[in-house]
Amino acid sequence: MEVPDKTITIEAFADTIIPGEKRWPDDRAIAGAATGAGAVAAGALALLELPAGGLAEALDSLAVTLNEHADDYAHETGLSLDASVPSFVALSFDHRTALVRILTDPGHPEKQMWVSLALFCNMAFDSAAHMSTPTAFATGHPGLLTIGYSQPNADGIYRFPEFSYGRQLADHHPQTTATGSPA
Amino acid sequence: MSATESTDILVIGSGFGGAIAAYHLAAGGARVVVLERGPWLRADEFDHDFELGKSYTRIFDFVVGDGMSILGGNCVGGGSVVYFATMPRAPRFVFERQGSIGRRMWPAAINRDTLDPWYDRVAEALPITQQTWDRIPYAGGLWGAACRHAGRTANPAPAAIDVDLCTNCNWMMAGCRFDAKRSLLLNYLPAALDHGAEIRPLHEVQHLSRTPDGGYRVHYRVVDGEDYRILHESGEIDAKIVVVAAGSGATPVILQRSEPHLGKMPHAVGRYFSGNGERLNTAIFDEEKVRDVLGLSRSDGRAYSAYQIGRGPTVASWDKLDGSLPEYERFSLEQLYFPPGLGTILAQVPGATGPSWFGLEKKEMLRQWQSWLTIFTMSEDDNEGVFGPPPETGNAHRLSQQMLGVGPLRYEPTKNTWRGWSLSDAEVKDILERDGLARVAPWTNDLVGAYTVHPLASCRIGDDPATSALDDRHELRDHPGIFVTDGSAVPGALTVNPALTIAALAERAMPGIVAAARVRGVPVSYNGTLPAPATVPAVPAPAG
Repeated sequence: MEVPDKTITIEAFADTIIPGEKRWPDDRAIAGAATGAGAVAAGALALLELPAGGLAEALDSLAVTLNEHADDYAHETGLSLDASVPSFVALSFDHRTALVRILTDPGHPEKQMWVSLALFCNMAFDSAAHMSTPTAFATGHPGLLTIGYSQPNADGIYRFPEFSYGRQLADHHPQTTATGSPA
Repeated sequence: MSATESTDILVIGSGFGGAIAAYHLAAGGARVVVLERGPWLRADEFDHDFELGKSYTRIFDFVVGDGMSILGGNCVGGGSVVYFATMPRAPRFVFERQGSIGRRMWPAAINRDTLDPWYDRVAEALPITQQTWDRIPYAGGLWGAACRHAGRTANPAPAAIDVDLCTNCNWMMAGCRFDAKRSLLLNYLPAALDHGAEIRPLHEVQHLSRTPDGGYRVHYRVVDGEDYRILHESGEIDAKIVVVAAGSGATPVILQRSEPHLGKMPHAVGRYFSGNGERLNTAIFDEEKVRDVLGLSRSDGRAYSAYQIGRGPTVASWDKLDGSLPEYERFSLEQLYFPPGLGTILAQVPGATGPSWFGLEKKEMLRQWQSWLTIFTMSEDDNEGVFGPPPETGNAHRLSQQMLGVGPLRYEPTKNTWRGWSLSDAEVKDILERDGLARVAPWTNDLVGAYTVHPLASCRIGDDPATSALDDRHELRDHPGIFVTDGSAVPGALTVNPALTIAALAERAMPGIVAAARVRGVPVSYNGTLPAPATVPAVPAPAG
């Protein structure tokens, strides 16, 4: 299967933000650094490609720029890269991580761009923002399941009838006013 | 384009500053039009859903600045619809603060004693109630128990929530679909409508100009109901008095953009912005220690594992709200819930050996998400925020169709601000890491800068024209007839949640605004009434 450079590059970036396990043995985008699903399996690409998010039109140029940064990084660190995949994908997980740290450093001129990309990768994992939350649960969204987010009631609404330890657990500040505010 | 309309009073924004003005001026007999840039949603439209385009992204805005990002309301009802409704009064020492200007920053006319009667009015109107321990959610109980274990005090904080209606779903930031949160949709706004006020959602004010008769012309664009990046037709409304209450992230931008039309703005417009000294720490609790050290267990046997359950912040520690401490060393610590999607990425891994906000260790931290507890610091910052040149429209360059944009605010925290943050970080660590209860780390400021949900002071009141944009009646200096009544009018950080203080200041400003309107020939009186607490929300007007 031919995977566009854009897709495999952005997937490799997403996998650096929230790492996961390989989808198939020779999966190149996912480094396989962690067990369980990561940002890619959680739908990072699907979220990033939604026009509503604002990054969809920029993904091609982000992938090109990211691979250029990977080339520079490889050159500076003396790495030789596998030319059969995009340069960022050719980096090991540790090197991908090191490069993302450089690109998102407060002093980097492109920081905002890479932070935005990371933000959406994270959102795909921890909130499944590209699909309705009931659908996310119905389809076993791995991010919501990993963080342990509770399922809604059958009507799609959250209610927690059990919510309190039910007893006083702290002493009140002595300067509290009659209305319950600080003096 | 239709002919220019006219009204007596034009109110920009429908949060606390706008809704309170709309109610009193309409109740007093004036013709009032409210322009709100966000949509108008009913309770049944407040979704429990993270999908882009649901109420979670429709009704609030996240504006990234240089060194500071702002989370604020973007809907009819403004911040009151999306906030967590925690409503303490500001402690007495706050009103004596000097900040960076070497003199008292609040107007001489305002202190805790003079503001208390106005606090009382808001507390009655919303209403605000004291919370009791038997109804405090697990997360608040855990924070209280940890404070007691460390020899600190902690209080249930007053809140504008009807606990009997609350399901502790923790979806308050997407709007309360149970009408348990006493937002402005349940009191001031329906009462303003009853008195003839008109509210127009999706109307974004861009700038003001003058009319020949000494009034103001308000220029707006209609915002697309789904993709806020798209602006539709423009329009104008003339008014004798304009109340600007677009929020601290937007009010100064509208005034800056108006400068070519109105003449020079006071120096303090778009300066002295405060993020309310806000900072967040995330703790990951050891469930066994919660049981063994604090003696806590839920009815199902779990000790805690309940980050998701509750209604935002419910318990606060006020030990450091001590007026005898030096300025910049006073802060409150409040237990907080922060939903997925927005802030999770900023939480750092305690003691990380690799990257702290992404990667392998962060993923492991995410696996324990239900054992998280966020502690919210509200301290004294240095009013160091400055707004740069306004964007072409609105208050931000919108990146996403809703919610996410990049704004002109620049904020470089001073040593004073960092002092409060560092002291509070140490305090949180001292309380929560005792006996291995939890591991704690502050949120990173490296990604989107510091982060505030309570922007303040960008167009503030004061007695000194050099350091305040408004006089103590909230009138914009050198521009009579323009009043500002939102959070931007608050002089500085409050060390507690500011909504009640913003609302009390707006209440206090109303007799003066009514008097100014009368001088301009508006048949209006200040009658001092309050809206009757409504159980039925304001219903959106039909489209078209």
